[in-house]
Amino acid sequence: MKERTVQLEVLRYNPDTDTEAHFQRYEVVCQEEWVVLDALNKIKADIDPTLNYRWSCHMAVCGSCGMMINGEPKLSCHAFLRDYEGVIRVEPLAHFPVERDLVTAPDDFMEKLKRVKPYVIPKEKKPISEGEYKQTPAQLMKFRQYSMCINCMLCYAACPQYGLTPSFIGPAALTLAHRYNQDSRDGGRMARQEVVATHEGVWECTFVGACSEVCPAQVDPASALQQMKITSSLDWIVEHLIPGGRSAGDAASREDAVDKS
Amino acid sequence: METVSTDVAIMGAGGAGLRAAIALAESNPKLRIALISKVYPMRSHTCAAEGGAAGVIKPDDSFDMHFDDTVGGGDWLSDQDCVEYFIHEAPKELMQLEHWGCPWNREADGSVAVRPFGGMKKQRTWFAADKSGFHILHTLFQTSLQFPSITRYDEYYALDLLVDDGRCQGVTALEMRSGELRQFHAKAVIIAGGGAGRMFPFSTNGAIKTGDGMAMAYRAGAPLKDMEFVQYHPTGLPNTGSLLTEACRGEGGVLVNKHGRRYLADYGMGPETPLGKPQLKTMELGPRDRVSQAYWHELQKGNTITTQWGECVLLDMRHLGEKKINERLPLVKELAEAYLGVDIVKEAVPIRPVVHYMMGGISTNTAAATPLPGLFAAGECACVSLNGANRLGSNSLVELLVFGRRAALSAAEHVQGLPAPDTAALNTQAEKTQQRISELFSRTDGKESMSGLRKEMQETMEKNVGIYRTEAGLQEGVNKIHELRQRYRRIKLTDKSSVFNTDLFQALELGSMLDCAEAVTVGALARKESRGAHQRLDYIERDDRNYLRHTMVHHQGMDSPRVDYLDVVITKSPPGVRDYSGDHK
Amino acid sequence: MSRKPLVRECPPTTWYFRQPRYLRYMSREITSIFVGAYCVLLVVGLQRLADGPTAWEGFLLALKSPASIVFHFLALVAAVYHAATWFNATQKAMPLQIGESFVPGNLISGAHYAAWAVLSCVVLYLAGVF
Repeated sequence: MKERTVQLEVLRYNPDTDTEAHFQRYEVVCQEEWVVLDALNKIKADIDPTLNYRWSCHMAVCGSCGMMINGEPKLSCHAFLRDYEGVIRVEPLAHFPVERDLVTAPDDFMEKLKRVKPYVIPKEKKPISEGEYKQTPAQLMKFRQYSMCINCMLCYAACPQYGLTPSFIGPAALTLAHRYNQDSRDGGRMARQEVVATHEGVWECTFVGACSEVCPAQVDPASALQQMKITSSLDWIVEHLIPGGRSAGDAASREDAVDKS
Repeated sequence: METVSTDVAIMGAGGAGLRAAIALAESNPKLRIALISKVYPMRSHTCAAEGGAAGVIKPDDSFDMHFDDTVGGGDWLSDQDCVEYFIHEAPKELMQLEHWGCPWNREADGSVAVRPFGGMKKQRTWFAADKSGFHILHTLFQTSLQFPSITRYDEYYALDLLVDDGRCQGVTALEMRSGELRQFHAKAVIIAGGGAGRMFPFSTNGAIKTGDGMAMAYRAGAPLKDMEFVQYHPTGLPNTGSLLTEACRGEGGVLVNKHGRRYLADYGMGPETPLGKPQLKTMELGPRDRVSQAYWHELQKGNTITTQWGECVLLDMRHLGEKKINERLPLVKELAEAYLGVDIVKEAVPIRPVVHYMMGGISTNTAAATPLPGLFAAGECACVSLNGANRLGSNSLVELLVFGRRAALSAAEHVQGLPAPDTAALNTQAEKTQQRISELFSRTDGKESMSGLRKEMQETMEKNVGIYRTEAGLQEGVNKIHELRQRYRRIKLTDKSSVFNTDLFQALELGSMLDCAEAVTVGALARKESRGAHQRLDYIERDDRNYLRHTMVHHQGMDSPRVDYLDVVITKSPPGVRDYSGDHK
Repeated sequence: MSRKPLVRECPPTTWYFRQPRYLRYMSREITSIFVGAYCVLLVVGLQRLADGPTAWEGFLLALKSPASIVFHFLALVAAVYHAATWFNATQKAMPLQIGESFVPGNLISGAHYAAWAVLSCVVLYLAGVF
């Protein structure tokens, strides 16, 4: 196996002792095929046990180890050393408060995830004993891509709208709303529109498209959000321009949702 | 110290913990539920399960066949009353997940699709591409968000159970972001803390799988059962240990040695099946223990391929074609490409067996209850004796659901009409946890390095408690782990900070793993037979006369643990021969 | 000794220098200024037309000034770029599913480019160019 000495410049912050963050440089001997996470693990085990970061699966599915690597949001278990030259700069995920070193606080994201009602609100309820809701492979494909989100929050770190306007529900949570809206078993779109079709919802998105570019699970949140803008616009047209038309959520509850922000 | 009063505390928010929480919330909306986990729920290792979940649903299948596959697969160490309960509940639980939105793959008519899996005589494995565990976990997590009675305590590291009046009445946990200790007073505790594969150096398990739940129960007096049965998954990537799902073989992938021979035919799993036409329960669809053991024999014979990552055999999926691989095994393709640089459409991928799953765990009965009143357990951390001596692939994702729910129902029943806790007694116990942590922080004379001890433990486990075991090796393992447990008392923290101190958590995790490792080595040394995943070179036969029973390991502080045995429950299937040859079909 | 989360602000005026993709995004957004300005120009033209032949002649004369030609050129470049990003977005906003598979994205965007070309020809024909 080929070895290579890698220099990492890691953002350090310890609230017990620091008033601000600083960079610390490590030099570590790595295998050529390693990922950035492997290098961090080696630092933690052999050089500096006080370095802190999250990780678990090492196969890009648990979503724990998102970081900024040379300014780009990445899963560190999926950032291959072979793709980097020179000093590699490792920082905590952008747009989230830093608890310590590379550990950020995802509270805001967790709260927003809950707000979009990311669960099946059944069109028609039936007991388990009556078997499955039939769903053709084509109906499955309609939402499957959007069900692949691993909640790693790289899209939030990439989205300047979220960075500038933290009340934005953001790419992953809105995409999850879309995932359930598109599911043939679900009848909850009206309920979700109260959060989705608001200024904090899809209308805060200006289609930068960065979310889709950094997504490690190829979910394409940008696509989901643009689709939701179209359906939300159609809702508005039905509601306001067609006499007697009513659509997703009545106007009052939607304005409520906006006011609460 | 802040106290949280709740009705049921659940430790672990993976598949089993979330299922339990939902079942509790549904059974009685007035119950207060504290869901405590050292990671955010969607980080739990359930997410890494790939292949699928077994449940009888197709007309050509039957409960009896699922029963026979599971009991035979477990080399008759499964409790048959438990298996009976499990197979009947399995399809209901999987259907429940369907109703909650799990994106199961479908047949053209819209019904749920199933795929073949190792050791299963019929196709009964429900799947969501090769991310079944991921989808199960996220479906459960997202579903759980609609229940206001579930209060989550994300990133709280559970430390000790609070036991008073002979009952488990709570748990202490460190809030990781503040470093502050909390105590949870609860009328019942459910442990769903996952396995302990990280005690081995080469494992499919994520970093978080350090046996904290097992060790916590063990220290509190609940015995660990059948811990010597450690499953090696036959097909792991040789460098990272990442899992290549059994579905690779279910879909038709084959294992070949350096001569291009499908060597499983030489180990009682032949004759060879036609390429691309996998037959159930034979050759590549044999059970995991047998397939992993065959690798070991090939290694002894010099039939493996020497790669830069060690000795390997090849998993060949080229004949499946790109379309099928993309549709059914997209994650496998991506993993092999990213971490090994192998395109499975064009090349065979080098693999070797890798530690994957603990059949053993906290001893529970079919009601998911441990011998300690008020303490329940479910999932990999528990040993309900479904899997016996060897788990069949795709039974464990269902186990999470079936026994997660069962634990919830048992806990809900248990909490009815219990007297108010003696808070003073519980506070005193919680103070002990606080002292333990403070002592660890204040220790200045420690000479042991934590990563050094961890490495020694992992090397010991790999060397002495691997696929094949011997008396001498196991004795060495027992001695070494005992020594490491003593030396563990002298480790010193480098990081003394309060906020998100992973140096501290890794130290605590190492303590958990050492407790689990002790139970594994002691249990393995005591079991003088070969059964399922426990293979002894010095006792090569299964010995039903002496060992058709469960190993129970009891914690004895810093002394060596006490071992006794519990009879296996046999209802209708007497021990027989495990036959995975295609001849007899 | 406790939590003190560090907030690393997104710099409100310079953030788009952080990544090339943000710069591309900003340049797309800036094109809308030219598109908007051209709309204003058209409205002014209409106003002039309503004001009578002298005003209209003056307006046409102003259009031929070098500054106006530079503006028209810039506005054309901006409008083309803006339109291209818009058409490229259509595959994201309007995915087309046929059975289990999706129509390739560039086919959707391509169809929009084709429609654009056809419509442009129609307009040019109506304007008497050919």
